[in-house]
Amino acid sequence: MADRRVVVVGAGPAGTRAAERLAAAGLRPVVIDEAALNGGQIYRRQPAGFTRPAEALYGFEAGRARAVHGAFEALSGLIEHRPQTLVWHIYDGALHLLCGTKAERLPYDALILATGATDRIMPVRGWTLPGVYSLGGSQIALKAQACAIGAEVVFMGSGPLLYLVAYQYAKAGATVAAVLDTSPFSASVKALPALATRPAMLAKGIYYTARLALRGVAVHRGITPVAIEGDDGVAAVVWRDAAGRERRTACDAVGLGYGLRSETQLADLARCDFAFDPIARQYLPVTDQDGRTSTPGVYLAGDGARIQGADAAELAGRLAACAALRDLGHSVPAAEFASLRAALAPMAQFREGLDTAFPWPAHFAAGFADSDVVCRCECITAGDLREVALEKGAPELNRAKALSRVGMGRCQGRMCGPAAAEVLADALGVPVEQVGRLRGQGPVKPLPIATEIVG
Amino acid sequence: MSAPIQADVIVVGGGIMGAATAFFLRRRGVKVVLLERGLVGQQASGVNFGNVRRQGRFLPQLPLANRSRAIWGQLSELLGEDAEFIATGHVRVCFRAHEADRLEAHALAVREYGLELEILSANELRARYPFLAPGVVAGSLSPLDGHANPRLAAPAFGRAAARAGALVVENAEVLAIEKPGDDFLVETAAATYRAPIVQISAGAWGGTLSARFGEKVPIVARGPQMAVTEPMPYRIAPVVGVFSDNEHEGMYFRQVKRGNIVWGGGWRGPAFPDLLRAYIDPMNTLRQFPMVTRVAPGLAQLRTIRTWSGIEGYLPDDIPIMGPSGKVSGLFYAFGFCGHGFQLGPGVGDTMAELIATGSTPIPLAPFHISRFAMQ
Ligand SMILES: Cc1cc2nc3c(=O)[nH]c(=O)nc-3n(C[C@H](O)[C@H](O)[C@H](O)COP(=O)(O)OP(=O)(O)OC[C@H]3O[C@@H](n4cnc5c(N)ncnc54)[C@H](O)[C@@H]3O)c2cc1C
Ligand SMILES: Cc1cc2nc3c(=O)[nH]c(=O)nc-3n(C[C@H](O)[C@H](O)[C@H](O)COP(=O)(O)OP(=O)(O)OC[C@H]3O[C@@H](n4cnc5c(N)ncnc54)[C@H](O)[C@@H]3O)c2cc1C
Repeated sequence: MADRRVVVVGAGPAGTRAAERLAAAGLRPVVIDEAALNGGQIYRRQPAGFTRPAEALYGFEAGRARAVHGAFEALSGLIEHRPQTLVWHIYDGALHLLCGTKAERLPYDALILATGATDRIMPVRGWTLPGVYSLGGSQIALKAQACAIGAEVVFMGSGPLLYLVAYQYAKAGATVAAVLDTSPFSASVKALPALATRPAMLAKGIYYTARLALRGVAVHRGITPVAIEGDDGVAAVVWRDAAGRERRTACDAVGLGYGLRSETQLADLARCDFAFDPIARQYLPVTDQDGRTSTPGVYLAGDGARIQGADAAELAGRLAACAALRDLGHSVPAAEFASLRAALAPMAQFREGLDTAFPWPAHFAAGFADSDVVCRCECITAGDLREVALEKGAPELNRAKALSRVGMGRCQGRMCGPAAAEVLADALGVPVEQVGRLRGQGPVKPLPIATEIVG
Repeated sequence: MSAPIQADVIVVGGGIMGAATAFFLRRRGVKVVLLERGLVGQQASGVNFGNVRRQGRFLPQLPLANRSRAIWGQLSELLGEDAEFIATGHVRVCFRAHEADRLEAHALAVREYGLELEILSANELRARYPFLAPGVVAGSLSPLDGHANPRLAAPAFGRAAARAGALVVENAEVLAIEKPGDDFLVETAAATYRAPIVQISAGAWGGTLSARFGEKVPIVARGPQMAVTEPMPYRIAPVVGVFSDNEHEGMYFRQVKRGNIVWGGGWRGPAFPDLLRAYIDPMNTLRQFPMVTRVAPGLAQLRTIRTWSGIEGYLPDDIPIMGPSGKVSGLFYAFGFCGHGFQLGPGVGDTMAELIATGSTPIPLAPFHISRFAMQ
């Protein structure tokens, strides 16, 4: 049994805890991550030579970050860590890996996908100007390289990361010109009972908001983005306040994002079944409560399964490892399953609260001008999408992709997919689940033609 | 169920063959219904490489290919929509002297069919196409061939057919066809259709339907493997194909005006007609890399951003089934186009419409008759 190969993709909190549990059972899992260092997104590590202490990087989360990093380091020798390695395809029970320009096929007996999330973007006129970053990207610049995206930054969008990143920028000494939140204050009030299921998390949110206020950062809720303006870079954000007045905030960079979307392409390539999740308004792989997918031997954990944050990711990673172990014939105590499932339960409720407090502004899609760019790789506008919907009869996203090229570029629809679905659904006058989802196609990220097969 | 919907002709399968047939039948005033299981042009016709190439074809197929090429040149006016056809030229190159001899022999042979090819020496090739590798020894240019956008062509035929009065029904899988009397009855989940004439143009699925009329064919489904690069400045005008005895060296590529370079060829992947899916085997993609850079070394600087495949039906002799049934009057076939039907699509539509509407066509179809298998 020890020679069965279990592979974990992702060395964030979910992947770390999964690997730890597998190693504890005497397996030697392979842990693959395209990043150079373990840690994942929230606990992203700084490059060698940078010396900021954990407190400066992770704030309240410093303790947890140390714990997750420490757990991973303790696995040294017990796991096979493959950093800087991208899983670019999954086919026929094997992963296809890319490290530099070396490609390798790695068969697996069980596979735990802990691939995390990326920003969810709702376009706004001007979002393709240089100087516009995703919220997560803004944070990575700061966390990994100690760089700010600008000297005077507007953070716009919605979700907890909006306040967190604004706070981190302000603390690091950047001028935060404004925080523009599209979700109305009333939504937070409505979400309070669900958010109160995790009082410590709620308290952190309140803390960031209060610190921003103390620093004199203007925070506006219930806003509607109008445009990001500038000639060869960002000069200002134009927006409407909750009362409908048009306003303009000068700035030289914008961090934009509306919560996160699960990174699900690998699950798609592994041919897992998907179903529409009304809370995320995204098609997500179907799993049982322990992370088993419809594809035997493939498990999901963490934000890549559903967005529940880092603490839930740790629990889910361990739970998925338990499920994989049990399916491979190892004995796993029933009590371990029970306690992990119980610990995860309130996380789901908190997540629903977050989605209530910071709703994805699907209705913006109807307001796009025909000339507004939705797919930035291929430069496909809202008008192009409406044309294929109304004049060429595209009833769903893959047909819209075939006829308009939406989602065909470098990002393979990871950036534009959610917004394109909303524009299409709005044009057709149907609920968004009816337009389906873009089918995943390899490679997950661009693959150099100079790549050589090794092994 | 309500009374059958009556037509003159029922076309089963809305790939480029069926959609073009329906369009040209309408131009002849024939009352036609087109039944497509999914969306028009969603299968092979919508995902192919986009080669509009005549050279290198089975010689008796050239009259059909020539007719088709003429229609490609007028497609925008004919359909009122652009399918991005451009006559960029198609160049076949080779790496070995004996292959060069065969290119020359082919150029002589096709002349009889009115296709003029230009044989190019290694130096001429490199002067015209500096992206080609030094090892290329000779080439054959078909100046009037080129490429088009497969994602647009068949749907454009389908819409034009509908505008011209055809009843185009999508999401209408044909579940049964019978000929109880003079008319065929064609059944879908939602309705039954009735007509004296039926054309089976169901691509890789055509054999399942012909078998119901006692005409089994040894058709197999396979998936040619495609990939596309990130966009680069437009430098490669012609479609380039490698001529080689070794199938795995036989790569082809083209650049679209937007800049992406599309390629295909080499090892074919698995196709599952019952699941309506054909998959990319990632190893095939990796094996294509040295094969494309062998022809155009500069491509090694680029990255591929997407791969795909599609379900195509192949017959053992690598030519399609086209023409009337050998057994059932009023039944016609146009399927199994063996990896080179996209170019033929408009010509097949025109020719089948002519055959169905007038009873004959000057295009020689005998080599493609279904009886060649039934007779074995
Ligand atoms: C940019 C960003 C910033 C965030 N910042 C915060 C924050 O400050 N605070 C907070 O509470 N939450 C934050 N989050 C939410 C965060 O995702 C979760 O809290 C937590 O990190 C989820 O853990 P995970 O293990 O599921 O995934 P992650 O931590 O995201 O780890 C996934 C790992 O998988 C790897 N991976 C993915 N696909 C592949 C592939 N194909 N091949 C190889 N490796 C792959 C990635 O490189 C990554 O290291 C952030 C999310 C993002 C996207
Ligand atoms: C990846 C790939 C690359 C290719 N490259 C080229 C190229 O560069 N140049 C070239 O000339 N050719 C190329 N070809 C070949 C070309 O695409 C095909 O020969 C051509 O498209 C065949 O058209 P078709 O209409 O016969 O088949 P299809 O496009 O497959 O259409 C058949 C249709 O019939 C429908 N159907 C099946 N059964 C039923 C039923 N029971 N009821 C209703 N509908 C049904 C299907 O849904 C389908 O839409 C390529 C093919 C592939 C797969």
